[in-house]
Amino acid sequence: MIKETPAFNVKDCALVAIATGKKAHNLRELKDIIQNIDQGSIYYHFWGMLLKPRFMDSEYNNEFALWVKSSLHDSILAERLSVVDPTDFGLLDELRNELVDTIQERLDEDEWINFVRPQNKFHFKKSHIVVFDTNIALKDPSKFSEVIKEMSTSSIFYHFIDARRRTKDNVDDFRQWLMGLDGKYNPICDKISSLDPYFVSLNTLKEQLVNIFDDFFKGGKINE
Amino acid sequence: MNKLDLYRDIVGNPIIDSLYQLAAPLKGINVVHVNSTKVGGGVAEILHKLIPLKEELGINTKWEVVTGEQEFYNCTKNFHNGLQGNVVSMNKKLLDIYEKTNEENADKLRNSLKDADVVFIHDPQPAMLLKYIPERKGKWIWRCHIDVSKPYRPLWNYIKNKVADYDASVFSLADYAQKLPHTQYLILPSIDPLSEKNIDLDIKEVKQTCISYGIDLSRPIMSQISRFDRFKDPIGVIKAYKIVKKFTPDLQLVLAGGGATDDPEGEAVLNEVREAAYGDSDIKILLLPADAHRTINAIQRGSDIILQKSVKEGFGLTVTEGMWKGKPMIGGDTGGIRLQVINHHTGYLVNTPEGAALRIRYLFNHKKRMLEIGKNAKEFVRENFLITRHLREYLTLMLAAIHYQDKDRIEL
Repeated sequence: MIKETPAFNVKDCALVAIATGKKAHNLRELKDIIQNIDQGSIYYHFWGMLLKPRFMDSEYNNEFALWVKSSLHDSILAERLSVVDPTDFGLLDELRNELVDTIQERLDEDEWINFVRPQNKFHFKKSHIVVFDTNIALKDPSKFSEVIKEMSTSSIFYHFIDARRRTKDNVDDFRQWLMGLDGKYNPICDKISSLDPYFVSLNTLKEQLVNIFDDFFKGGKINE
Repeated sequence: MNKLDLYRDIVGNPIIDSLYQLAAPLKGINVVHVNSTKVGGGVAEILHKLIPLKEELGINTKWEVVTGEQEFYNCTKNFHNGLQGNVVSMNKKLLDIYEKTNEENADKLRNSLKDADVVFIHDPQPAMLLKYIPERKGKWIWRCHIDVSKPYRPLWNYIKNKVADYDASVFSLADYAQKLPHTQYLILPSIDPLSEKNIDLDIKEVKQTCISYGIDLSRPIMSQISRFDRFKDPIGVIKAYKIVKKFTPDLQLVLAGGGATDDPEGEAVLNEVREAAYGDSDIKILLLPADAHRTINAIQRGSDIILQKSVKEGFGLTVTEGMWKGKPMIGGDTGGIRLQVINHHTGYLVNTPEGAALRIRYLFNHKKRMLEIGKNAKEFVRENFLITRHLREYLTLMLAAIHYQDKDRIEL
């Protein structure tokens, strides 16, 4: 019996932010709140920030690092927090522990606590995410480029970024699907794995994905 | 053509297509918005825009208005000021009028509200309707448009008791959220790119408008469009202009805003502004009527740099409007301006007239950079602050409220 290729169902998502009411005015408060905050808030400040107003050239890849730099002016801790890669942690609680340890280490190094003006406090937020179907399904990887061109940035977010939290190996949905076909799409997977979602806008990410598929299927660099 | 489809050229097909997909499970539901006026004010303006779009998506949407005697409006005006932090009188007689007026309106609107799937109650004026319609079946959401970051506490405690039983509330900024026993959503305001204030204008119209106000488009222009209000710091803008003028002698400054004749404080500020500008014909102070949207649009498009040097600001929609015209924005480092003005990318955040002057001088000396920042500013608004994003978040909120309020993630 011939095994049928499973379809790639294109989904989209929408996010609405929620105030948790928790606010930090200094580093110790930030650590204490992270220790107990809803997991959804950790998700939001690491992943969700990529789907909300931000400028494409963001210097730091999560909002904790960004606040530590811009409000507490602690470059050392901002750099340490910025390299925390959420995909290294299978569970959000493990990521939470890493954050708490990193901040505690800094508190141990420096006994001075910087406070911020009330208007600069860190607001812990979380979100509701609604995932919905676009009614587009594809079976032929060569059509990916055309489909991606028509995807919204939130759909890119869902399949490329959010997927890393959902899939078994913390990879994006594109690679997950291609790896399930056969080995001939490995060059595409290799290229996709080199894309860094933190330092480019979702629109740029979309263009990069289109280029990778075009290069492969239209005889570009990958195929050479 | 549907209204929604008119936005395709501006935001692209994927955004509009996703609105239809997101709204599909909401088709046929009944939604009611309640506020206190259909004319004037930011709330009415946004409802006039959003409601027809929701209708096009198949959501049956009604708009009801509460009415009352003058004393009711005096009371709610008092609420407005108190929620923004002013110490106000909590006169029992006025509070009784507030409660009684809500009770009367509840009787009038009962049929419309009791069976609705989602009811949005805007601001404090109709907030007590919830109490008087105990047979309600849908989700009731309190939408607070006011800056309640530092409310007058006795008043907040009174209002809190009235809104605590809602299923959820919505605030514009995280700073405004208060301790309430339900989910508090955060939805940023937006602008409509097809409105008179923001629609693309022919260069001829821009020229004609500017000429009619004595503005010379062949010379450098900076402008601030704002009420004459101390929080908007128009005097600080004039100070900044005077510093820059030494280096850019042909610079013009336009300060344009609505009339302030009914506001004694506004009139005082306007007089101070006139005094500060006295003797300089390159400073144009324009008192414009409330409906001068196209004029404002043209002045912003004719400017090289736009300022909003506020010392206190809510979200700052004038910032969004200025950025949408593709101009670099010099904004006060406060409130929602910080969410829009990203240093070196969409403009500059400043704290003093001197800081503003420094950034303006930099931009006039780096024309290429000025154009790049302006372009970035427009794209930033396109991606984040247009009405289509606002609509999307309302749809998401309704889906979350109706179906799965206790879950973070909803798979439709």
